[in-house]
Amino acid sequence: MSARLTTEAIDVAALLREVADDAHGATALFVGTVRNTHDGRAVDGIDYSAYERMALGEMNGIVAEAQERFGGVQVSLVHRLGTLAVGDASVAIACAHARRAQALDACRYVIEELKRRVPIWKREHYSDGTSEWVDPTRSAVEVRP
Amino acid sequence: MTVRVLLFASYADAVGRGEMTIDVADGAVVGDVLARIRELAGSQDLPPAPLLAVNAEYATVGQPVRPGDEVAIIPPVAGG
Repeated sequence: MSARLTTEAIDVAALLREVADDAHGATALFVGTVRNTHDGRAVDGIDYSAYERMALGEMNGIVAEAQERFGGVQVSLVHRLGTLAVGDASVAIACAHARRAQALDACRYVIEELKRRVPIWKREHYSDGTSEWVDPTRSAVEVRP
Repeated sequence: MTVRVLLFASYADAVGRGEMTIDVADGAVVGDVLARIRELAGSQDLPPAPLLAVNAEYATVGQPVRPGDEVAIIPPVAGG
């Protein structure tokens, strides 16, 4: 079980190996990648930054909560910081459990809680040369046509 | 007493720095620290009720601060 931040490219295969266990017949993997558009604007890349001490504390807390809720699930969580290009993985979560329901539900729980409370920020760089900090509390309203 | 204040992302851009040490009265709460930050140029871009943390854990405006505490003012999070 682990949660960590990295400035290196995320190795998804390594994450899967970390949670591998002969007693676990189901492994769910979530990978979040940098998208090429946001609210209709062309995106070239994203800078991720964090309040690292607190982010790690929250991430470890979320992993522990997932283990508590989905008894015995093995979780590895990694979030990347720094400058990412379109298509780069920004976050990856591997959850292994004896049963698929718990593995999938744990994965969903971890990504939703991460997005809700882990202090990580992103500054999007657009193809027109501008950049902006992303505020999900605002774009959630604006994104609807 | 002095406390360390951290600002991040858009909030750090707004006031032009991400870290400072400020003096507050003994018995001060997080809200008192926030009030001091609101005196800084550029702080008008902070929302009425930003997310707050003390020593890397979420906190409320009424939580007491102690000497040397690290108080963070946290923009809307956008991980993932």
